[in-house]
Amino acid sequence: MVDRLEELKDFLYGLLEARDKMKDMFTQTPLPSELRIPIKGTIVVKRGFAQMQKGGVCMDVTNVEQAQIAEDAGAVSVMVLDKLPYDVRKAGGVARMADIKVIEEVMAHITIPVMAKCRIGHYMEAKVLEYIGVDMIDESEVLTPADDKHHINKWLFKTPFVNGARNLGEALRRIYEGASMIRTKGEAGTGNVSEAVKHMKQIMGEIRALRAMNDEEILETARKYNVPYELVKETARLGRLLVVNFAAGGIATPADAALMMLLGADGVFVGSGIFKSSDPEARAQAIVLATSYWDDPEIIVEACRMVSEKSSMIGIDIKSLKPEELLQVRGE
Amino acid sequence: MLKLGVLAIQGAVSEHVETLKLALSRLSLSGSIELVKRPSDVEKIQGIVVPGGESTVIGRIAERMGLLKVLRDKIENGLTVFGTCAGAILLAKEVYDAKIGKVDQPLIGTMDIKIVRNYYGRQKESFEVDILIPVVGSKPFRGVFIRAPAIESVGSKVKVLATYEGLPVLVQQDKMLAATFHPELTNDTRIHELFIKNVLDR
Repeated sequence: MVDRLEELKDFLYGLLEARDKMKDMFTQTPLPSELRIPIKGTIVVKRGFAQMQKGGVCMDVTNVEQAQIAEDAGAVSVMVLDKLPYDVRKAGGVARMADIKVIEEVMAHITIPVMAKCRIGHYMEAKVLEYIGVDMIDESEVLTPADDKHHINKWLFKTPFVNGARNLGEALRRIYEGASMIRTKGEAGTGNVSEAVKHMKQIMGEIRALRAMNDEEILETARKYNVPYELVKETARLGRLLVVNFAAGGIATPADAALMMLLGADGVFVGSGIFKSSDPEARAQAIVLATSYWDDPEIIVEACRMVSEKSSMIGIDIKSLKPEELLQVRGE
Repeated sequence: MLKLGVLAIQGAVSEHVETLKLALSRLSLSGSIELVKRPSDVEKIQGIVVPGGESTVIGRIAERMGLLKVLRDKIENGLTVFGTCAGAILLAKEVYDAKIGKVDQPLIGTMDIKIVRNYYGRQKESFEVDILIPVVGSKPFRGVFIRAPAIESVGSKVKVLATYEGLPVLVQQDKMLAATFHPELTNDTRIHELFIKNVLDR
């Protein structure tokens, strides 16, 4: 009888241990209170990297020449792609991670951080990007998803990740999976800021609503979003996401960038907007200036003077896109 | 009343504002924190923090806005300053990149230190480690190093307040303080308190 009890106890403890291991997959084990030896890839250095990008503009580039133009114009980082989102849209087919040679060449020529995109759920593309040393990985809906059910478990990486979101539920699910930065999805490659505006207002509005909730409602919201209660509770307490929140998807002019900052973005990503325009150098500088000085009308005007609307990318009306042409619905 | 500024062009601005507020309350001082974006903002303050971010971005925009020259003049005439990471790079007289070598970027350039950008490597090499800083007490300080630069050499007027693996990570020259790590990403306000004491000590 006693033996059976011992057996049962071992079994139950085994179950508990397994549960804790499962939990560990999705959280970071806390650091010891004293750190005599350095530890890499901690939550603080991963989220901190994104914090250092605040107030800046990350620019999409496809080669070294564009990366150098971006750096000289004051980009806070560059995102290396095989094709700009506008061209991804036009080319159709499967969009994948950029050429390693191109990414490495860009890393060798500029001093600012270099990011690159991997397909949603494509653990191996992400591992390759981490190995060659990109500073941040964008698990992006602009590329064709590799997994229509799961995103990458980002806690397994030392390199920080940025993920897109259209609403608070998506943002919290990505943070729970280990994202160190969130950006709106917008509708990439359209030069149309309307979807980014919608997503930013949605996220900000949902956070404001959280702040007024009692514990019972927060629990219900956590169930609805499919994330732990503690994550929702902490977001409500802070009144913002636990990570930096950028705007992306359709930003094409300095005024677009300033608008997104006004709506509460911590910074912006510009995709096709710069290198699909006919004045990339001036436009890149103007967007950088407008992002830093979004609350200073005089400087916004100065930034707007630096570009001409005749040079802006033509852009696409969202209503003209068929449902299957929308990129933002990929990976919820 | 004490008026402190944070250069608010790009980077971890709000983190420094919050840490300065906490440091003021721990020192039982009242004061306000101003965001510095225009040359005229520099007139209002007694000390300034140059935050972490991208030094190329902060330097280029500050130059364009005429802030770089104003800051250089003010600091040379005794304005107290504290630079972290990118801020330390901007304060240095001499800067080069670990991989690319000589870089051409606008600097404030008032501190007699030579800095190597991206010394420890790329983001995946970023780390946390405890460092000892005797001037702020015996309790170790959590150093958060993010794509951090290194101070390769210092002039004769520069005091080394802390080192990590033999290289200076916190240095002071007159009223200028520079750290290659990010105290604003911890809850430890002791280095910010040191900066505030530098402001008061005139």
